[in-house]
Amino acid sequence: MSQATATEDVREDGMITGVSGPVVKASGLEARMNDVVYVGEEGLMGEVIEIEGDETTIQVYEETSGVQPGEPVENTGNPLTVDLGPGMLDSIYDGVQRPLDVLEAIMGSFLDRGVDAPGIDLDATWEFTPAVEEGDEVGPGDIVGTVPETESIDHKVMVPPDYEGGVVEEANSGEFTVDEPVVVLDSGEEVAMRQEWPVRRARPTVDKHSPDRPLVTGQRIQDGLFPIAKGGTAAIPGPFGSGKTVTQQSLAKFADADIVVYIGCGERGNEMTEVIEDFPELPDPQTGNPLMARTCLIANTSNMPVAARESCVYTGITIAEYYRDMGYDVALMADSTSRWAEAMREISSRLEEMPGEEGYPAYLSARLSQFYERAGLFTLLNGEEGSISVVGAVSPPGGDFSEPVTQNTLRIVKTFWALDADLAERRHFPAINWDESYSLYRGQLDPWFVENVADDWPELRQWAIDVLDEESELQEIVQLVGKDALPEDQQLTLEVSRFIREAWLQQNALHDVDRYCPPEKTYEILQAIKAYNDEAFAALDGGAPVDEIRAADAPPRLNRIGTTEDYESFVEELIDDMTEELRGLY
Amino acid sequence: MKEYRTINEISGPLVFAEIDEPIGYDEIVEIETPSGEVKRGQVLESTSEFVAIQVFEGTEGIDRNCTVRFLGETMKMDVTEDLLGRVLDGSGRPIDGGPDIVPDERRDIVGAALNPHAREYPAEFIQTGVSAIDGMNTLVRGQKLPLFSGSGLPHNELALQIARQATVPEEDEEGEDSEFAVVFAAMGITAEEANDFINDFERTGALERSVVFMNLADDPSVERTVTPRLALTTAEYLAFEKGYHMLVILTDMTNYCEALREIGAAREEVPGRRGYPGYMYTDLAQLYERAGRIQGQEGSITQIPILTMPGDDDTHPIPDLTGYITEGQIYVDRDLDSKGIEPPINVLPSLSRLMDEGIGEGLTREDHKGVSDQLYAAYAEGEDLRSLVNIVGREALDERDNRYLDLADRFEREFIQQGYKTDRTIEDTLNVAWELLSMLPKEELHRIDEEDIESYYLEEEAAEVAAD
Ligand SMILES: Nc1ncnc2c1ncn2[C@@H]1O[C@H](COP(=O)(O)OP(=O)(O)O)[C@@H](O)[C@H]1O
Ligand SMILES: [Mg+2]
Repeated sequence: MSQATATEDVREDGMITGVSGPVVKASGLEARMNDVVYVGEEGLMGEVIEIEGDETTIQVYEETSGVQPGEPVENTGNPLTVDLGPGMLDSIYDGVQRPLDVLEAIMGSFLDRGVDAPGIDLDATWEFTPAVEEGDEVGPGDIVGTVPETESIDHKVMVPPDYEGGVVEEANSGEFTVDEPVVVLDSGEEVAMRQEWPVRRARPTVDKHSPDRPLVTGQRIQDGLFPIAKGGTAAIPGPFGSGKTVTQQSLAKFADADIVVYIGCGERGNEMTEVIEDFPELPDPQTGNPLMARTCLIANTSNMPVAARESCVYTGITIAEYYRDMGYDVALMADSTSRWAEAMREISSRLEEMPGEEGYPAYLSARLSQFYERAGLFTLLNGEEGSISVVGAVSPPGGDFSEPVTQNTLRIVKTFWALDADLAERRHFPAINWDESYSLYRGQLDPWFVENVADDWPELRQWAIDVLDEESELQEIVQLVGKDALPEDQQLTLEVSRFIREAWLQQNALHDVDRYCPPEKTYEILQAIKAYNDEAFAALDGGAPVDEIRAADAPPRLNRIGTTEDYESFVEELIDDMTEELRGLY
Repeated sequence: MKEYRTINEISGPLVFAEIDEPIGYDEIVEIETPSGEVKRGQVLESTSEFVAIQVFEGTEGIDRNCTVRFLGETMKMDVTEDLLGRVLDGSGRPIDGGPDIVPDERRDIVGAALNPHAREYPAEFIQTGVSAIDGMNTLVRGQKLPLFSGSGLPHNELALQIARQATVPEEDEEGEDSEFAVVFAAMGITAEEANDFINDFERTGALERSVVFMNLADDPSVERTVTPRLALTTAEYLAFEKGYHMLVILTDMTNYCEALREIGAAREEVPGRRGYPGYMYTDLAQLYERAGRIQGQEGSITQIPILTMPGDDDTHPIPDLTGYITEGQIYVDRDLDSKGIEPPINVLPSLSRLMDEGIGEGLTREDHKGVSDQLYAAYAEGEDLRSLVNIVGREALDERDNRYLDLADRFEREFIQQGYKTDRTIEDTLNVAWELLSMLPKEELHRIDEEDIESYYLEEEAAEVAAD
């Protein structure tokens, strides 16, 4: 059931027999699992989640205060679907794809209930340019034309996946509403700009491959140490305040995806407001256009109904799949998947289902893997390639990663960015713990970095990892005997690793320049630290005392490369100065 | 009105009654005992045959012969501007002997969710006069920033200091009245604690601009689940109908959560972590998210919830879920308190998520962000070294480390320490910060813009340290 056709073909009526929070029971309702129903006099939107004898259980997507037994329930006979078509970019939806700006216009600043609004504007017209001619043969997934949706994105109008296809009889160009047919096939099928798709079912593709290109994030620690692939999956677990949201937002801003779907699932209202205010102002580093031109936002904040929180990730991933089907690289961020899991738990406990670990339903793990399975690099029905990368934040209670949502997620995703409260406390951001985090894509993405950034990308990275490893071993000794008791070369290693941490791993998401670091710059900074390393050790070998090496004036400027816009000349000069100064010591 | 005498089960705070006509979910109920006492409650579950009612005033004295009346509406709060200056009980009834309240409006206390599209991102700097907050964890108008404290710690003194001193300097300069109106909601705190607040409000004249809701320790615990909703409904009315800038103090959220747990247990729900209901996150969010600003509206709601962490453990579900919802948190720390630091705020785990939009050039001062980041890093490093010194002694540290150690000590004694009476301007705060930062060589200050170092670094201070 999509919002666009909400009022049509309503079927059998039932009657409410019980209400408890977001869960309503009804009798006399003829319904299938997952049918969308309208509950009560106010027609609150809900979904069938359990059928037992004559009793149907419904999760309601809106507040149920005041709803009474005896009120009617209407079945639409359709599952929860989204409207897919031009106009989704530069939009903000709630968890069941109601546009929040339209809702505001209808009901003011606070969300009232019982109001439907289609996911895409049914009255707006779009300029359609056919990509097919009369006589062309087209099948499911084929692109029949384009619509300039935003400054950044051409929306591809496709033959819906459940069509038969056939020979084009008519291909019209011009201005149309989303429901007017733009292409007519000899099968009698008409293609319009709007499709519908049930959110809980993945849109079909031909097959899925192993990804080989990175989703370049513009974040040093991510691109440099723990890269994610286009079509890959990643999890960001961390306690509150460790940087999950800032990291997700940085990805949404700077990752080199064509399309970004950002889901605020059960989190703060102001964080969505921040995105709404910032994204139209910020330029996409790839195109220079406003970020909103490639972004679709879904906001079902913590105070909005919990059932719609359960559905919002499905709404988001279905929209992502639709743009993937056009051949785009889509990145989806879900902040936070824990709130989604908790919504499942809340509904499940109202159903009095047998609880699994920590009260989560036994199907938690299955739901999580079904969701992440919808990510990937795919061959599409039309033979082209498209990808969806999925990054999920996880909010473990008490910051303890042993809990079920984190553990189940870790079994699925291939990139793990572990956030660390201790780093966050000392304002080392991004607080990604370099010992615990990993990326299983590293090896398969290296060829891309070698070809596009630097020949010795893998070696230089390995050097950095080795230094950091050595540092953690040395730190254990320092905790026992103090730094001065270490041999001089080890003291120097600590100095080098401090620069790796402070000048390279740390990146200030709030600084106008530092917030985005192209891979070339990521490489350059590390390269400069390596240059310092080599000169400093040469000086030590040459007899210079470690104290003097540490007291050198130039090296601390390494810490300023990140925030320097014109970094190339800065680095060049810095390396010269460091070299001169350190060589002067012996 | 629907009236029954059909109570067939009483269990903890819950009453079950048979019914034969539909009753709305969340509807308000009155239960009258044979002796004429009337208690109020709310429908927690409604079916065709029975309803489960949560009784606010406790179920003592209720028996099968009580009359149950369904009022046909959900819980409402009578709101009017005249509430300012009044003291009400935890259910919203006046207890100050003043006149009856003549409502301007009756509002549903559950409060609809604010559409994120209608919000305005909070960005106006509130000067609390407390350096640990203004300098390091800046509060802005429309933020929800809780105090994470422990039993016996001076969180009330701090909350009062904030309530007394909070102003918006930007507006003060323009000659506008930037004073806050206060909604104070007590949930299960002692009469003594509550009196500290009220006496202070009276002494400073703040009471005239305050609405006080009192559910004290010996008041019914279930009532605590409605008190903050009444308080926030009042605050929303005053903020978004009457244009006030509201400061809402909710204390103690721990008692609120205990009441939730009690109801959950009585309903035999599957408990979540440590026995608290699985929906506690959602429930708390429905309170905390009622802070904020709305586009095109005058007023605002700033929330300072106070909670005492059981066992000082911030992984306990109450602080944990709170921290996941609020826009930061301020830790009131036992160790600092025993060192005599006033206010004993531990800045390291503290955070203000909305700080960045509210500070900087034209708002506070251009060096604010860098100074705060640098102090964080320096204090954290000094803290680490303290534990090392305990093992290896100060002699084993090099000169750099020794400076960081000294800085950490001075940070606590000069920057955090200020007493509950001192009201520091943001300039004062940043100047104290520079006295400390100037203990470090300039090259170490890489989180601060070089221009700001030129403007504010205190060479004499640096020379003094070097001479030591
Ligand atoms: N990369 C970063 N650069 C600068 N500050 C950051 C960064 N990441 C996090 N922060 C700081 O940490 C705070 C909390 O981050 P946030 O992402 O909201 O945490 P979480 O979502 O894990 O609760 C932010 O308000 C910001 O001050
Ligand atoms: Mg977050």
